[in-house]
Amino acid sequence: MINIFEVNETNKMVEQENLDVRTITIGISLLDCMDSDLDTLNKNIYKKITTVAKDLVKVGKEIERDYCIPIVNKRISVTPIAIVGSSACKSPEDYVTIAHTLDDCAKELGINFIGGYSALVSKGMTTYDEYLIRSIPQALAETDFVCSSVNLGSTRCGINMDAVRLMGEIVKETAEFTKENDSLGCAKLVVFCNAPDDNPFMAGAFHGVTEADAIINVGVSGPGVVKTALEKVRGESFEVLCETIKKTAFKVTRVGQLVAKEASKKLGIPFGIIDLSLAPTPAIGDSVAGILEEIGLEHAGAPGTTAALALLNDQVKKGGIMASSYVGGLSGAFIPVSEDQGMIDAVTAGALTLEKLEAMTCVCSVGLDMIAVPGKTSAATISGIIADEMAIGMINQKTTAVRLIPVIGKDVGETVEFGGLLGYAPVMPVNEFSCEAFVSRKGRIPAPVHSFKN
Amino acid sequence: MENKNSKTIITVVGKDTVGIIAKICTYLSNNHVNVLDISQTIVSGFFNMMMIVDLTTSDKPFDEVQKELTQIGEEIGVDIKCQRAEIFEMMHRI
Repeated sequence: MINIFEVNETNKMVEQENLDVRTITIGISLLDCMDSDLDTLNKNIYKKITTVAKDLVKVGKEIERDYCIPIVNKRISVTPIAIVGSSACKSPEDYVTIAHTLDDCAKELGINFIGGYSALVSKGMTTYDEYLIRSIPQALAETDFVCSSVNLGSTRCGINMDAVRLMGEIVKETAEFTKENDSLGCAKLVVFCNAPDDNPFMAGAFHGVTEADAIINVGVSGPGVVKTALEKVRGESFEVLCETIKKTAFKVTRVGQLVAKEASKKLGIPFGIIDLSLAPTPAIGDSVAGILEEIGLEHAGAPGTTAALALLNDQVKKGGIMASSYVGGLSGAFIPVSEDQGMIDAVTAGALTLEKLEAMTCVCSVGLDMIAVPGKTSAATISGIIADEMAIGMINQKTTAVRLIPVIGKDVGETVEFGGLLGYAPVMPVNEFSCEAFVSRKGRIPAPVHSFKN
Repeated sequence: MENKNSKTIITVVGKDTVGIIAKICTYLSNNHVNVLDISQTIVSGFFNMMMIVDLTTSDKPFDEVQKELTQIGEEIGVDIKCQRAEIFEMMHRI
């Protein structure tokens, strides 16, 4: 039988160490909503989402109450809208109407985000994909809860450089459209290489076409729990360090598994996956950088950071995989800058640069995330940064992503405030040498060789 | 009702005082809640108790018991939590 020490340990994780379930995300297929008439399409989408997810918030609150575990976000992901709108939308403006419909659904249901305003263009772009991509700046400026993502490359297909070039411009344009709010629109826009179909985390969540009609995906989080566990093994060997992370990750993930199964039962929607993640928030003690410091680094970004992060990421997976029956999504330690107080401190102290962050993304989930850069950064430079990150994903057979915020009107040394879970960030310097001629080339980077791994 | 098939864990944390267990047990007995196990320690001067109870025999739904216990806790100045046991079983048992 359960004893008092185990009960106290669990409750301490929640009360003092910020253990929470970061999100319950319902993935909903909108393929059966498709119609060639735009009004009918919008009506179908609204009806389907508000029907399938009508109890999401209520059930989330019930689970919070029954187990006394906070569920921070309730979210929805949908089939990439580029596909859903393909026969009805004849212009970028037509796509914007769908963004409004999604936003209305989010408001009606009281959820935190709705993802899937997306296009998958890893090899080529159709006309309707391009319409959707070109509509992103307006769509994100005019809506509150809609998140957008674009998959630009994959290990199987290579990198679509035409789309990379276009996305550099779209990121800049999105920043311009939302310049009154410190270019907040860019915080809701992410580009991917090897985007997973079942990711519950925003801004990149969408419900892949390989998925069932509706599924429940859950993301757990507990950097604070891992950090506290590691405080007890200071100075111990790597063996002890790794065992501690594994055991803690197991416990954290078990909570996610319980919540996912319970939500699935109550909502009558099948359980999809648990995303084994260490997702930080700006709250004190809820930091992935804090774990790296506990492992033995003065700041995230110091020499040894990539190795420490690789170790952390791998142990989290090893512990988490046994704790859950199905694992998927992005699964790994997230290293967003603005959402993690330790990362913000590291940037402010001069310990962490964009280049070091890029190296770190080679060994963890997910990519260059929530990084504020000067508003004057050119579209070509942003495309160049995106291309670099996509290449890391393509060659290493992993998911990589870029969520940069070129803050219009701000420069290095200034700070931007996004609020809530998105936090705040110091504007980071970007290498200003030109890559214009490189990104101006047309076409795509071919798929890589899958042998001769060196 | 829907939540009643499992065991429930009640934890009490706060400053030690006369009659904490009595108050809670009286409430539970009045509402036909069966107590399966009790353990108690004092951690750095703080009263710390855990009860495993079975709500299947009670007429009250889980959320009402939870609400009323929280109220009793407020009255006697301790923190009373009422949680379904699966979260602990999942985390601490393979």
